[in-house]
Amino acid sequence: MELNTLWFILVAVLFTGFFVLEGFDFGVGILSLLLGKNEVERRTILRTIGPHWDGNEVWLLTAGGAIFAAFPRWYAVMFSALYLPLFLLLVALILRGLAIEYRNKFHTETWRKRWDIAIFIGSLLAAILVGVAITDLLHGIPLDAKGVFTGNFLDLVHPFPVLAGVASLAVFTWIGLLFLRLKLQGELLTRTEPMASKLRWIVLVVFLALGAVGFVVDPLLLASPIPVKMAAVTAAATLLASVLHFKKQPGMAFIWAIVAIAATSITAFGSLFPNTMVSSLQETFNLTVSNASSTPYTLKIMTIVAAIFVPIVLVYQGFTFWIFRKRISMSEQGGY
Amino acid sequence: MDVVLLARAQFAITTVYHFFFVPLTLGLSLLVAVLQTMWYKTGKAEYRALTKFWGRLFLVNFAIGVVTGIVQEFQFGMNWSNYSAFVGDIFGAPLAIEALLAFFMESTFLGLWIFGEGKISPRIHTASIWLVAIGSNLSAIWILLANSFMQHPVGFTINNGRAEMQDFFALATNPHIFLQYPHVFFGGLTAAGFFMLGISAWHLLRKPNNPTAAMFKTSFTLGAAAGLVGALFVCMTGHMQGVSLAKNQPMKLAAAEAHYETADPAGLSVFSIMDADKDEELVSIRVPDLLSFMVYSKARGEVKGMHQLNAEYQAKYGPGNYIPPVTLTYWSFRAMVGAGLLMIALAALALYTSIRKVAVPHLLLAVLPWAIALPYLANSTGWLMAELGRQPWIVQGVMKVQDAASPSVGAISVLITVVGFTLLYAALILTTIKLFRYHSAAGITAADLAGTSEIH
Repeated sequence: MELNTLWFILVAVLFTGFFVLEGFDFGVGILSLLLGKNEVERRTILRTIGPHWDGNEVWLLTAGGAIFAAFPRWYAVMFSALYLPLFLLLVALILRGLAIEYRNKFHTETWRKRWDIAIFIGSLLAAILVGVAITDLLHGIPLDAKGVFTGNFLDLVHPFPVLAGVASLAVFTWIGLLFLRLKLQGELLTRTEPMASKLRWIVLVVFLALGAVGFVVDPLLLASPIPVKMAAVTAAATLLASVLHFKKQPGMAFIWAIVAIAATSITAFGSLFPNTMVSSLQETFNLTVSNASSTPYTLKIMTIVAAIFVPIVLVYQGFTFWIFRKRISMSEQGGY
Repeated sequence: MDVVLLARAQFAITTVYHFFFVPLTLGLSLLVAVLQTMWYKTGKAEYRALTKFWGRLFLVNFAIGVVTGIVQEFQFGMNWSNYSAFVGDIFGAPLAIEALLAFFMESTFLGLWIFGEGKISPRIHTASIWLVAIGSNLSAIWILLANSFMQHPVGFTINNGRAEMQDFFALATNPHIFLQYPHVFFGGLTAAGFFMLGISAWHLLRKPNNPTAAMFKTSFTLGAAAGLVGALFVCMTGHMQGVSLAKNQPMKLAAAEAHYETADPAGLSVFSIMDADKDEELVSIRVPDLLSFMVYSKARGEVKGMHQLNAEYQAKYGPGNYIPPVTLTYWSFRAMVGAGLLMIALAALALYTSIRKVAVPHLLLAVLPWAIALPYLANSTGWLMAELGRQPWIVQGVMKVQDAASPSVGAISVLITVVGFTLLYAALILTTIKLFRYHSAAGITAADLAGTSEIH
């Protein structure tokens, strides 16, 4: 395998990790306001992601850094083209991250209420924008022969990416809820039940719609065999997780939701390959893993670095999930 | 409106703002780790209380440092896409390595440190804060390696219309980093030292009879020691950077000294007023020969002036103006050095009273809380000098700032984000200052003191 293909896969893996991990903590952020009726409840809900959210977000930063190092033109074109959505995403991430850390650092009701709203809006906005942005890559945006974006903000909000934004919002909220069903107990846990039972149907419908529209609107999805297979896995996983509901087995539900998200991500990146950015003007203007990549030398260095450090990161991040594996009670102290 | 100017303004605002919080994270993570280690070794309630109190302030600072850092990872692509595409083969690697090596480490172990008490052993809990400190200080190495490439590009070749990496080890051992990193590291230690010193002094002045006063006396000494050691090393490495500038970036040195005409020996400026349009000094007070002495450690030696350097660069790189914004560079340099010297004096005085166990003069206690501003001033103006003094280059001698912006991003878009970030950041800094004040003034709480065996 050529190194630029390997790095495309690594970028896809980093984004997939980000969708799964930060996916559920975006969901928890949204649900903290919907599910938590008072201060203690909201705090308990947020404690489930307290030790993890920052580490989860580093998956996105690392994906950004990996694109910069391995595919500089992709990095340059993507972030300058998706300028305003990315700005909104940054504002959302700044607000929600700071809100999670600051909400409990001052004692007034108004203070907490404001930050709680920031957590909700920040998580909601981020969940939508992530879906829109990734689908923009796939769907194509006006790029000229030099890879310069010639469109405007409206070229980024076609129906297909917008539908994908709705889908990412739905699926992140859903996996957030499934995560909470693993982490909460008592009254709060009981309250997740009716919501989980409703949300699964919404996710199923939105995902089927996304799949259908995707295959109709985007010939790319049909062009290579991997996406078709992966789309089948996605559909199966979503179907399983939602139809079976796993009332008594929250762990299984969570795992199938992870499979559904990962399969969706692989479908998207699999159909993008070997392109990295699709030009809606002309196929020859596409950025690809070849014309956007770094030199073989740089890729070799980065491969060595990644081979050493990715496993180490996985071990210690996994270690913290193990340490904090227990359900959280409302009386728990410490931390926030 | 000029897109490049707007993009520069945005970079300056977001980066200086981010760097408001970074030095304190670098230094205070270490000081908190030291305090917790003392608690772990001795089991004394005093060290537990100090770890808790300073740890709380550390977290307020860390959170805002982290979220404003997210912007840094993406804004090269947003506003500087020509730059990113041109140097990405080199510049992207340290950024990716920084995230993989350092960001994961500091964020994961910080989560463990905040929430892990009672779930992990005191030993691992203490190790966690050390890993946070190491992670933060490792991240600085990689981002400074990226900046070092902009100041002193090495290990590359121009090929296929872009700068390509030729030698990773040359890049990773860029001579520039060996002065820049210690300068920034000790700048962080100084910031943390003065933060600790100032807040401790406030408590000693306002609440001398409070039972926790003795504990603040301990952090007063620790802060003074960190502040003095930090400021002395900053000063020393800063001087060495100046010597190296004379060789590698003579234009930056000349601008920082308002030194227009080549001279041998050259005088050190004490006070200059510049006419930016005519590129000349209107008022000039200099110490004769001192600049030559600083650079060459002897009474004579040629220091090139901006006019001669400009002519040299024009011959080498083509027509254009290669003189950076002199007034800003000059005054940034002076503010940095002035604040640095003042910090050495204040920290030395404070440490002297601690070591000799004499009463700290009230005046000193009253001044030290205000002195918390000094490292912020020095760190910000230091970067302004480093970056402004390199203009018009984005990568010294390789690429100019005017060629680096994003061709697809219009002035309106940049304006929207400049205004957006500025308003957001203004609101956030008020919030952060409010938290700093609240938790500083609240002091060591009963909960901080309770319990002697369990860590954190």
